[in-house]
Amino acid sequence: MNIHNYEKIWLVLSMLLIIGFISTVVYGATAVGIEMVNDEGGTIDSTALDEDDRFSEPRVEKVGEDEYEAYVVARQFIFEPNPIEVPANSTVTFYVTSPDVLHGFEVVGTNANAMVVPGEITELTVEVNEPKEYGILCNEYCGGGHHTMEGKLIVVPEDEFELGDSNDE
Amino acid sequence: MSEQLESGAPTFLDKFPDEAAVVRAALWSSFIALALGAVFGLIQALHRTDVLRLIDSTDYYTVLTAHGVLMVVSFTIFFLVGLFTWATVRSFDRGVESIRYTWTWYGLMVAGTLMAVVAILGGFVPQTDISADVLFTFYAPMQAHPLFYGGLAIFVIGTWLAGADYIWTWRAWAAENPDERIPLQGFMVLTTMLMWYVATIGIAIAVVAFLLPWSLGLFDQINPLLTRTLFWFWGHPVVYFWLMPAYLLWYTVLPTIAGGRLFSDPLGRVVFVLFLLLSTPVGIHHQYVDPGIAEGFKTIAMTNTMFLLLPSLLTAFTVVASVEHGARQRGGTGLLGWLRALPWRNPAFTGMMLAGLMFAAGGFSGMINAGMNINYLVHNTIWVPGHFHLTVGTAVALTLMAATYWLWPQLTNRRLYSRPIGLAQVVIWFVGMGLMSNAMHVQGLFGIPRRTAEPQYEGFDFVASFGSVSELNLQLAIGGTLLFISTMLFVTNIALSAGTPKLSGIGQPLSEPLSTVDDSPEILDNLKLWFGIALVLVVLAYALPLASIIDRGGLLGPGVDPVPMIVEPVAATIEPTLGRLAAAVGSVVP
Ligand code: HEM
Ligand SMILES: [Cu+2]
Ligand SMILES: [Cu+2]
Repeated sequence: MNIHNYEKIWLVLSMLLIIGFISTVVYGATAVGIEMVNDEGGTIDSTALDEDDRFSEPRVEKVGEDEYEAYVVARQFIFEPNPIEVPANSTVTFYVTSPDVLHGFEVVGTNANAMVVPGEITELTVEVNEPKEYGILCNEYCGGGHHTMEGKLIVVPEDEFELGDSNDE
Repeated sequence: MSEQLESGAPTFLDKFPDEAAVVRAALWSSFIALALGAVFGLIQALHRTDVLRLIDSTDYYTVLTAHGVLMVVSFTIFFLVGLFTWATVRSFDRGVESIRYTWTWYGLMVAGTLMAVVAILGGFVPQTDISADVLFTFYAPMQAHPLFYGGLAIFVIGTWLAGADYIWTWRAWAAENPDERIPLQGFMVLTTMLMWYVATIGIAIAVVAFLLPWSLGLFDQINPLLTRTLFWFWGHPVVYFWLMPAYLLWYTVLPTIAGGRLFSDPLGRVVFVLFLLLSTPVGIHHQYVDPGIAEGFKTIAMTNTMFLLLPSLLTAFTVVASVEHGARQRGGTGLLGWLRALPWRNPAFTGMMLAGLMFAAGGFSGMINAGMNINYLVHNTIWVPGHFHLTVGTAVALTLMAATYWLWPQLTNRRLYSRPIGLAQVVIWFVGMGLMSNAMHVQGLFGIPRRTAEPQYEGFDFVASFGSVSELNLQLAIGGTLLFISTMLFVTNIALSAGTPKLSGIGQPLSEPLSTVDDSPEILDNLKLWFGIALVLVVLAYALPLASIIDRGGLLGPGVDPVPMIVEPVAATIEPTLGRLAAAVGSVVP
């Protein structure tokens, strides 16, 4: 079969381009340490969230020096707790689940962005620095009131932070 | 442009009148879906940007479901089966084996579409409990009326039978021509349909084994991650199912229209074989940010996806080379000067070239999507519709419309009603999509979500790093309006063509490739082999993730109850809607 020389050159360049893309993505995922959402959050009976001590009372908990866990329920059409308050300069792991349909969990303007699937727990770790307020929105269609589903993530100065603050519903 | 017409040769209609009737029917079904879809698209573009809100925001999702289904299921796939019937009959140069069989699968596809559309539009009618506001992705445990799932199933069965029709023609032809190579268009049709058989395994299982019986109440729980994964098993390759008709036209029709010949037939075959092999084992790339799927599976999907760039890059080369050859045949010279020798006044040519240009831009934004960590930023933002309106919404849609300007006379023995309107139409589409898609991409970078009736929130504002959100909204709305106008021009032009006089001898034979298939290895045509490898690759890519999902959540879900999507009574919203309309009109007229 007769392959034109230009075609051969183009083929080689294309392969190089593809391998280049794969390497940058793999580099981004491993070396730079951007964490992926994966299967480590575990599963849960979505009809019985109130029997689970993390989600029966959605809240933020301290689990170590500058380390916090936030248990969040996304349901039609609210996030609980709201607002979610965490102290500045800490590492926060979100555990998000849903008792009804699929939702999205997007902290606006950041790359904290994941799907929430009933029966599964989405685990997502972020570093927060400066005190600041972020919007949270649901970016997966979840029913007629989807566009009203929002929340807030408030990063407060360390000395003003108190556990339990975020439980006001 | 009489060179285009009046070649003295017979048209497709002259040679195969019965088949031409089926092709016309399929294309009309496609255009009706396109026109309706464009109405809904316009409503969305005006509503979500808050330029004009004619409907209640809960009804936005009924509109969006209709837009998605009509555009990417009905418009594209009806066109595909029409085009493939034409290409099969034309390239094997024989009529279908049974025209009744051909009408049967077409009828099934129409019936399936009507069922699904009735279920969706039922969402507007409060007196019924029929509704399917589940968007075209119908993720469980949102539940649609059984009519919706049943319609989808019947539609897909229709496409399977259509594929069998093409295979039937091929086998009948092969029995009479045992030593001949499969003609190029026939080859493209067959590989695409084989890919479709592999891809639809996912959706068939999701709909027939789970969603349909569940919507009928046979069981009341479901594993949402399982049906979602099965959806994307189909949901990515379907993208190539939309794209392959456009590729077929770029490879086999565009060179002729440009006045030249296809650069290489064997390379075209290689490209289609690559799509058959690689399209399906990549669907998990739509689930990069899903829980319940291990990182390793996501990385494999990402790697496969990147290799899918190869056939498209090869296509870019071949198409440009063939068009350049055409230009030089027409007397074009110089490094880029040949561009001027091309038939730019021909809407079929210009439309396809503009579509190809947008595809290049879409390819770029797609590579960003495909990188896993960048995906975090744009996942489920309006960036994503910005991307696929360039690919399926333009590379495919505009190519199909442009090609219709060439194909329609071959099917009707009548000229196009107006070529200048056709030319204006493709240019308006290009400009409109440039605006709409650009605004969507930029808004996506600010985190503005897709699938959202009112992307305005009480607790926070989006921070626009350049431009302003309201400027971009306006740009999106203007773009959407231009697209709507373009669609209406297209459909009207085709409809009015029925009133032009009947002609004879306006057939346009397609040119032969520069390098023909004769000197390429026979193995290329071994479709059984490629189909077998494709199946193996799918098993490799999906066996473990699916097993793990079932192991975690069970076949029928970890305690997830159905959530029927019944929209609240619309009657209550009609009055305020009229009020809003009056207010909107009032605010436009100062
Ligand atoms: C008349 C021209 C069109 C206009 C004005 C238009 C407008 C829009 C808009 C504004 C959205 C975003 C809605 C949202 O996420 O809130 C959208 C979504 C979409 N459009 Fe179009 N569109 C047009 C043509 C097309 C074409 C030709 C196709 C494909 C062949 C297409 C396929 C889609 C799909 C698949 C979605 C996503 C639906 C979903 O998220 O469920 N559109 N369109
Ligand atoms: Cu939502
Ligand atoms: Cu995809």
